[in-house]
Amino acid sequence: MPADVMIETVALKKHFPVRKGILQREAKAVRALDGISLTIRRGEVLGLVGESGSGKSTLGKTLMMQEPPTSGQIVFGDTEISRFSERLLKPFRRRMQMIFQDPFSSLNPRMSVGDSLTMPLRFQAPDMSASARLDKARQVIETVGLSGDILERFPHEFSGGQRQRIGIARALITDPEFIVADEAVSALDVSVQAQVLNLLTEIRHRWQLTMLFVTHDLAVVGHIADRVAVMYLGKIVEVAPTRELFTRPRHPYTEALMSAVPTPERRAHQRIMLEGDIPSPISPPSGCAFRTRCPYAKPACADSAPPLDVRGTGHYAACHRPELELASPIAT
Amino acid sequence: MTTMTAAGDAAHTRHHWWQHRTLSRFLRHRLAATGLAIILMLTLACLLGPHLLPYDELTVDLRARFSPPLTQDHYLGTDPLGRDIAARLLMAGRISLLVGFSVMLISTVFGTLIGVVAGYFRGWVGSVLMRIVDAFLAFPSIFLVLVLSAFVEPSPFMITVIIALTCWMEIARIVEAEILSLRERDFTIAARLSGASARWIMFRELVPNAMGPIIVAATLTIANAILLEAYISFLGYGIQPPLPSWGNMLNSAQQYLADAPWLAIVPGITITLAVSSFNFIGDGLRDALDSRSNLP
Amino acid sequence: MTLSHPPALAVRDLCVTFQRNGCETRVIHDIDFEIAAGETLALVGESGSGKSVTSMALMRLLGRQSRAAVTGQVALHAATEREPIDLLQIDDARMRQLRGRRIAMIFQEPLTALNPVHRVGDQIAEVVRFHSGSPRRQARAQALALLEQVGIPEPSSRLDSYPHELSGGMRQRVVIAMALAMEPDVLIADEPTTALDVTVQAQILTLLKTLQRDTGMAMLFITHDFGVVSEVADRVAVMYAGRIVEEGDVEAVLARPLMPYTAGLLASVPRLERAGLPGERLATIAGRVPDPASLPAGCSFQPRCTFAVPGTCDSAVPALASLKAGRRVRCTRAHELIPAEELSPCPQTS
Repeated sequence: MPADVMIETVALKKHFPVRKGILQREAKAVRALDGISLTIRRGEVLGLVGESGSGKSTLGKTLMMQEPPTSGQIVFGDTEISRFSERLLKPFRRRMQMIFQDPFSSLNPRMSVGDSLTMPLRFQAPDMSASARLDKARQVIETVGLSGDILERFPHEFSGGQRQRIGIARALITDPEFIVADEAVSALDVSVQAQVLNLLTEIRHRWQLTMLFVTHDLAVVGHIADRVAVMYLGKIVEVAPTRELFTRPRHPYTEALMSAVPTPERRAHQRIMLEGDIPSPISPPSGCAFRTRCPYAKPACADSAPPLDVRGTGHYAACHRPELELASPIAT
Repeated sequence: MTTMTAAGDAAHTRHHWWQHRTLSRFLRHRLAATGLAIILMLTLACLLGPHLLPYDELTVDLRARFSPPLTQDHYLGTDPLGRDIAARLLMAGRISLLVGFSVMLISTVFGTLIGVVAGYFRGWVGSVLMRIVDAFLAFPSIFLVLVLSAFVEPSPFMITVIIALTCWMEIARIVEAEILSLRERDFTIAARLSGASARWIMFRELVPNAMGPIIVAATLTIANAILLEAYISFLGYGIQPPLPSWGNMLNSAQQYLADAPWLAIVPGITITLAVSSFNFIGDGLRDALDSRSNLP
Repeated sequence: MTLSHPPALAVRDLCVTFQRNGCETRVIHDIDFEIAAGETLALVGESGSGKSVTSMALMRLLGRQSRAAVTGQVALHAATEREPIDLLQIDDARMRQLRGRRIAMIFQEPLTALNPVHRVGDQIAEVVRFHSGSPRRQARAQALALLEQVGIPEPSSRLDSYPHELSGGMRQRVVIAMALAMEPDVLIADEPTTALDVTVQAQILTLLKTLQRDTGMAMLFITHDFGVVSEVADRVAVMYAGRIVEEGDVEAVLARPLMPYTAGLLASVPRLERAGLPGERLATIAGRVPDPASLPAGCSFQPRCTFAVPGTCDSAVPALASLKAGRRVRCTRAHELIPAEELSPCPQTS
């Protein structure tokens, strides 16, 4: 494997069993991840977009090995970790951290900020003294724009934006290489969101972080990501460098998603309106999963699932109709 | 980047606001506040009272048998052996309250342990533990207590242990349910993803956040324990005479109900007062510590 | 803003004061706005700006236990009435009648408005029956028609669904159907698409616009998203710390915000157009929204404002000055920051 790959997945699947009846028989499964093959290069921010039910959050959690995948591989650096026990994973936990969506749930309300921040160090750097841990916490809390004297306070004393900064500080305290940010700015007000996005951009360069940035907000992902992957029903349907994806979408779902974003500039533009909702991941449509809502679907789309094919430099799309000329909301 | 210090935020600030709010909400609960006052007075009386009364609880005075309340210095009268009821009541209170508090401590610690382990590990560990809880719950607790106490020397210590054995299941169930929901919260996941030990997650991340319901259940356990102790002592299996307990005072009063009703009324009222006070305190705490207001 | 017809909803000097820990905190200060029939006014602001409290006050939904004192006038001019009704003066029974019939509200989370144990068809029919007293069979037929109108596929089978069997978008459609059952004159929509995916949000916004065109209702649309504002609204009012700080036609305000707060807010939104371009930092507004219990002296935005002048901006709350073309702005320095031709005030409408 080339040295510049941070994390790679091969045919990653995560199915959640749906149990039925008094015998708890496994009747069906929610196919949250249905064969994801993806590489994240060292130092890049990969944006992951999709609607709810697409499996984007599950991908982030599975990469963090919150729960083992159903099948497939996760290669972190040069180690295959997807079958590791918690004991074997422990040294990797220092190198990968997570930033959560809800700033009100991600910090223990009964624990001081200092205790929350130093918690990862207790387990990842057991040789560190308590005062050294606090020094480190003070140092990290200042890099996220808060003052070092808040360590004795409790989460309820802070606003959502401040808590999110504390959550970011906790993720940074073990000097990780890879961070999964799961809707990290979605719960914040516009002006606070801008502050936190700037902070994430800043620390990403300062720490030379690799990041998976999971969000439903296309404008946010366009701002922060180097490459973007679009997910639909447990599969990646398109992945490309950010500007390329936004100006030359090659999958009808990407086109529709971008067209649906309301922006202050584009008033009453012609919209590609998708019909209905995302289908249930328990019984996704046959063939191309998007065909039931796709304005360009042909009967042949029901026959087989399209592979993720090359459409340009670093640009891949999974669509049976590569000849389509798709519209971009952005004038190039 | 400008350095921001935490200042007031409209919804969630005020230094330690929840403490004030919890306290004031508790005190606003009129019955709970009354209950607390009664328990405090009762405890004080049991601790200090016996030293202030002119008689001790074992002094037999056959000349003063069956004195009704307010006879000379016998404020609550005397029993068939002429012992002072006020003194006996307060000494009995020491034992009954001590049994109540000890049962609460033992069963809360034990129940919390079982609940947190079952809730955190889930899977077969959780299933086995919770089936054991169910098995214990399947026996009527009175029956269980009576069977157990028939086998052992009925000292106050053994009575405490026996009652505690029948009181921990409720707390285990409450804690397990609470832990099951708390373990899915992001702060628990963050700890797991940092390689935190199971012990840390259980006792530093989860249990402190379940304290509200635990405290409420513990308070109600005291009431339950006092009642159980009175019950088995009344049946003669509990605290043995001449040591007084509210239950065995009732027991010895049975024969004289018609002639000396105060023998039954005095301990009866005291038991009712103590038990309902603890129940009111529990209700008040439940409202004041309502988990919705503590976990944003 | 001379209107031939009286506005469907006219709010004057609306103030809301909460009693908290024995002290009074005013969270809404002298809000006034008008919405004509068929028009949509968007109320924009960040959390804590008071936009939701305003809508709750209009609907008289601030319960007694929240100890809120609401003063001012909320004149509802229903198409069926000759005189406008002041919603703050009528009794509770009359308000219950008007609510749903003449003024309706939808919320961010449709599940809160739906009863989980009843079928959606029965719930819609119940609303119809409560307000019009039509017989059961007729009410059910009406419910079916409503579901069809809000674009629910296979409406006749959906009548018998329970709320949890529907997706978020479908639930919001059901709630809209219930709100519009009696063809109200005013619809208040409090972040109705915030919990939805973008593709579903686009469907719901289009639906609301279509329904408005068909019924001619006035709409007060509360949101934090300027994208949504440009999509649905005719006019926009920006709120900050319980006050309207800027108001005007959507295109004009978005293209050329006059109040520094609006400008800052607009600048801090990442632009889809700039997606993937080598990133500069996003513009931010320093500091944070003040606590309503301790508002800064003078202009509430002054401590965070880059244009603030000590001695001027912190001395008195600036008035909401009326400019050309129905624009209003609350800024002491408007005269310096805004070109003269835009400033010439228009005659105040009563």
